[in-house]
Amino acid sequence: MTTINTPLSLDKIKSLKAGEELLLTGTIYTARDQAHQRLVAAIKAGKRLPLELKNAVIYYCGPTKTPRGKVIGACGPTTSSRMDSFTPALLKAGLRGMIGKGNRAEEVKKAIKQHQGIYFLTYAGCGALLAKYVKKATPIAYRDLGPEAIFKLEVKDFPLIVGIDSKGGCIYGKI
Amino acid sequence: MRKIKAIAISKAVEELVKRASFYLRADVLSALKKAYASEKNKRAKTILKAILDNAAYARKEKLAICQDTGMPIVFAEVGQDVSISGNFTSAINKGIEAGYRSSCLRNSIVKDPLTRGKSGFSPGIIHTEIVRGNKIKLILLPKGFGCENKSQLKMFKPTAGIQEIKEFIVNAVKNAGPDACPPYVVGVGIGGSADYSGLLAKKALLRKLSSKSSSLEKDLFKQINKLKIGAMGLGGNNTVLAVHVENSPTHIAGLPVSVNISCHALRSATITV
Repeated sequence: MTTINTPLSLDKIKSLKAGEELLLTGTIYTARDQAHQRLVAAIKAGKRLPLELKNAVIYYCGPTKTPRGKVIGACGPTTSSRMDSFTPALLKAGLRGMIGKGNRAEEVKKAIKQHQGIYFLTYAGCGALLAKYVKKATPIAYRDLGPEAIFKLEVKDFPLIVGIDSKGGCIYGKI
Repeated sequence: MRKIKAIAISKAVEELVKRASFYLRADVLSALKKAYASEKNKRAKTILKAILDNAAYARKEKLAICQDTGMPIVFAEVGQDVSISGNFTSAINKGIEAGYRSSCLRNSIVKDPLTRGKSGFSPGIIHTEIVRGNKIKLILLPKGFGCENKSQLKMFKPTAGIQEIKEFIVNAVKNAGPDACPPYVVGVGIGGSADYSGLLAKKALLRKLSSKSSSLEKDLFKQINKLKIGAMGLGGNNTVLAVHVENSPTHIAGLPVSVNISCHALRSATITV
């Protein structure tokens, strides 16, 4: 199976097609509803962001608390569509990849195509299993949000399926 | 009167939190195994295998099956010959707090739905029923909100036909599509009032998946699987693991129908004090 490494420059992802399975190694950042709202508000206000968005990958995930002796708790994907209204602004600001579950709005598909981003799916409802692929987890911003804080995750061979490719091709359109 | 101390209730709830969150229900696990065996779509089969591996890994490592450790919903059947010393409601919430904390689950509950604020582990939602006897039966259903968000209610006319009702239920699942972690378990509440049909739909999720199905349930099961949403919504012949319908008396002017969908990680545990 193909392995890709972060940061996701355009040349690494432009040939990937919806439906392709691959493994991701490198750095990804968790962010869900509240963090998205703050990031987009910061972009609009012209403020400095707590992470470098260019070629970055955001994972829609709010992990459980970390059990003693473990790197992270259960950490599966949450429903991506809740982030739809915030996604075009992040793609415009340089975000390359997103990982989540479920389909996206038309406006997101358009924005992915326009900015040559990519949307991945990972095993939904498999939060315990996915913890195996996380080697390091550090909260880096919005700690007051608890599980919704932004965590920087170092992952190895994290399993992905291309949901929407950089040309706008969508896995759900093919079924 | 049999005396039960509040602390015994807290301890029991704490135990339920662990059991429900780490160990997938045996009936759900066997329905998933059956789905895996019957799945013809190659990708769906791979995903179902990951779901089974996830349950095994959670059990072995004492990790939450899913990071959405849910909104804790407690069904309490309190025997009328029981006398509780202490505060029943806070005893349950203390048990939830202790269980979620010691099991390293997720603090997903915000105190105010509008201003949100910092999230915590409690309160849970408690449904209490007074029954005969001198025991307390407690059931915990930690309900994830990916699937709870797909709930639907429709107040049908009393003259509505069964086809209309079936269509509404099937469409509720179609609307959930790939978002709420299929294969699903679909709970349906027909009758009662608006709120009571919702409660019935949720309670329907507690029934054993291997229990005998009515002809309506069998028909819905077939129709929903024909949607071919499949595991993760990527196709396949297993869109639902089971459909459970609960009926209740209702008013001559109405016919409420509620649908409550559960993801494949349908978690619950029961204990008697």
